[in-house]
Amino acid sequence: MEKLNHIQGSIVSIPVNDIDTDQIIPARFLKVTDKEGLGKAAFCDWRYLEDGETPNPDFILNNPAYQGASVLVAGDNFGCGSSREHAPWALLGAGFQAVISTDFADIFRNNALKNGLLPIIVDADTQQQLFSLADEDPSTTVSVDVEAQTLTLPDGRAVSFPLDGFSKYCLLNGVDQLGYLLALDEEVQAYESKHPRRVATTA
Amino acid sequence: MTETGKPRTLFEKVWSAHTVRDQSADSPAVLYIDLHLVHEVTSPQAFSMLRERGLRVRRPDQTIGTMDHSTPTTPRNALGIIPVADAMAAKQLDVFSQNCSDFGIPMYALGDEHQGIVHVIGPEKGLTQPGMTIVCGDSHTSTHGAFGALAFGIGTSEVGHVLATQTLLQNKPRTMAVNVDGALGDGVTAKDIILAIIAKIGIGGGTGYVFEYRGDAIRSLSMEGRMTVCNMSIEGGARAGMVAPDDTTFEYISGREHAPSGAEWDAALANWRKLPTDDGANYDEEITIRAEELTPMITFGTNPGMGMPITAAVPMPDDEADYNKKIALDKALTYMDLRPGQKLLGKAIDVVFIGSCTNSRISDLRQAADFVNGRKVAEGVRMMVVPGSQQVKRQAESEGLDEIFRAAGAEWREAGCSMCIAMNGDQLQPGQYAVSTSNRNFEGRQGKGGRTFLASPLTAAASAIAGVVADPRRMLN
Ligand code: SF4
Repeated sequence: MEKLNHIQGSIVSIPVNDIDTDQIIPARFLKVTDKEGLGKAAFCDWRYLEDGETPNPDFILNNPAYQGASVLVAGDNFGCGSSREHAPWALLGAGFQAVISTDFADIFRNNALKNGLLPIIVDADTQQQLFSLADEDPSTTVSVDVEAQTLTLPDGRAVSFPLDGFSKYCLLNGVDQLGYLLALDEEVQAYESKHPRRVATTA
Repeated sequence: MTETGKPRTLFEKVWSAHTVRDQSADSPAVLYIDLHLVHEVTSPQAFSMLRERGLRVRRPDQTIGTMDHSTPTTPRNALGIIPVADAMAAKQLDVFSQNCSDFGIPMYALGDEHQGIVHVIGPEKGLTQPGMTIVCGDSHTSTHGAFGALAFGIGTSEVGHVLATQTLLQNKPRTMAVNVDGALGDGVTAKDIILAIIAKIGIGGGTGYVFEYRGDAIRSLSMEGRMTVCNMSIEGGARAGMVAPDDTTFEYISGREHAPSGAEWDAALANWRKLPTDDGANYDEEITIRAEELTPMITFGTNPGMGMPITAAVPMPDDEADYNKKIALDKALTYMDLRPGQKLLGKAIDVVFIGSCTNSRISDLRQAADFVNGRKVAEGVRMMVVPGSQQVKRQAESEGLDEIFRAAGAEWREAGCSMCIAMNGDQLQPGQYAVSTSNRNFEGRQGKGGRTFLASPLTAAASAIAGVVADPRRMLN
């Protein structure tokens, strides 16, 4: 995973509550065996017309003014639904580095953090302010400081957001968590010696 | 670190028995995983990661694979083979076979007599047992909590972690007691309980919590009913739901392929009996529902929290005080092409889907078959019945349920996720309405442009016969 400390980018908003993972990436795109190329499937059923190819001119991500936005501002409870890690892969593939909402579904948040896509939790007022800013001016830019855990709005107001210490450490240092777990091998062995396996699938 | 004397919840007991390392200020807990279920859709990138790093699967003996999501459910051909028409799906299945064989993981392939939906086969093989930790790259892993296991869905990176280390980094969730007291009325089932709970708390209401379902109504459910309830914990935002094990649990497990036997059974039973929450233990949150107030439930919108009693009318967005919620409701009704204040009873439907890890077990099929027996599926309605596993399918066939369904005009399919996820050829056409026993009614979930009403197998069967959304209570013999 790449190190992530600062994000500076323009915002685009999808002010819809409870955006589920089936909207972020519909199941028919899950037949892949790698992570590549999922960006074009992000929000596919909102982004393209019936034929699945022609961009829907009414969908904000197709608006030329918002091209290149790297911070997505969404309604409450973003990422509910399935455990598919294809959701953060698709968002990253579509150029996003962070998603801002008032709340994230657990599995989505975990998956996002493991891929360097930053879930930023803000209060409802800040969320509304960002919705309006994005609407009024597509060039609205925010900056994010992971170390300081702050999101800075165009008016200079810095809003802090929660981030657990471990995820923060991993993001800042580009550490992936598998390395951490592999290093605990002795402890795991000790656990296994005291706790016989419960079932044997190979038996 | 014994906490003798301090009353503990079921969750606490299972959690603390599995911490390789406790949670600290700097890092989450490291949790040992007893059973890892893998399937073709969320595992390929995890196996690739193992390959890139030259890692092996630490405990293939605690891992099991099955094909379910991208598999077709079309009947077998003359050679007894289920053909896979979709080239990408075929490749995904091949990659999965190769991965399982390279890493020594036992796996049930498409067509195998043990194959089925991952959350159906774990319990049916006796692999799911009380007090275990169980994970799978699938959010409905919560199903296995019905046995008093701590079971939850994980992402593909985490699938890789468990494959390589048999452990997971986890922040400790909070606990919520979900009490369902009293007795259910006729025609009201486990599915209605969970739809009512989600309608009450909303789809984000359980975020950060593990549910423990309690109360007489839960205790009186069969294991299959408890699985239906736990299955949809994730639709309430909770990653896991649990039910304390009792004699119903033990009877279900006893004699199954991987169940302990002899002296091991006695030892296991003694441990399992210690699992239920101690008197006086605290939960972080508690809610209560009265079972006798419940009716058959149905969803009207585009997430599982948008549910109501089947006799109710679709809510009015204008009555919604919260602006964001009003917008969400508006958007959902537009997608569903429903009018505010409209009743769903009598609404014409195109498809009825009986299946998915929520409701594809033998008792679900029996209930639906019993209802359609001697009746006919309404003209113009397609009814699909998709058993959750090959074992369920064989059992149903031995009881003649397939004949009952066929005689009524329904399709009897091979086992798999089918139209629950619509990535295997089974899908709604744009604009179609379905009454489905699955767990998600998100936009396009059952096929692009398709519209889903979630309900119980009984309500689904009644609607298939009536050709419209129907209240099964009015049609019970
Ligand atoms: S039946 Fe549906 S919900 Fe269950 S595992 Fe399959 S796709 Fe997921």
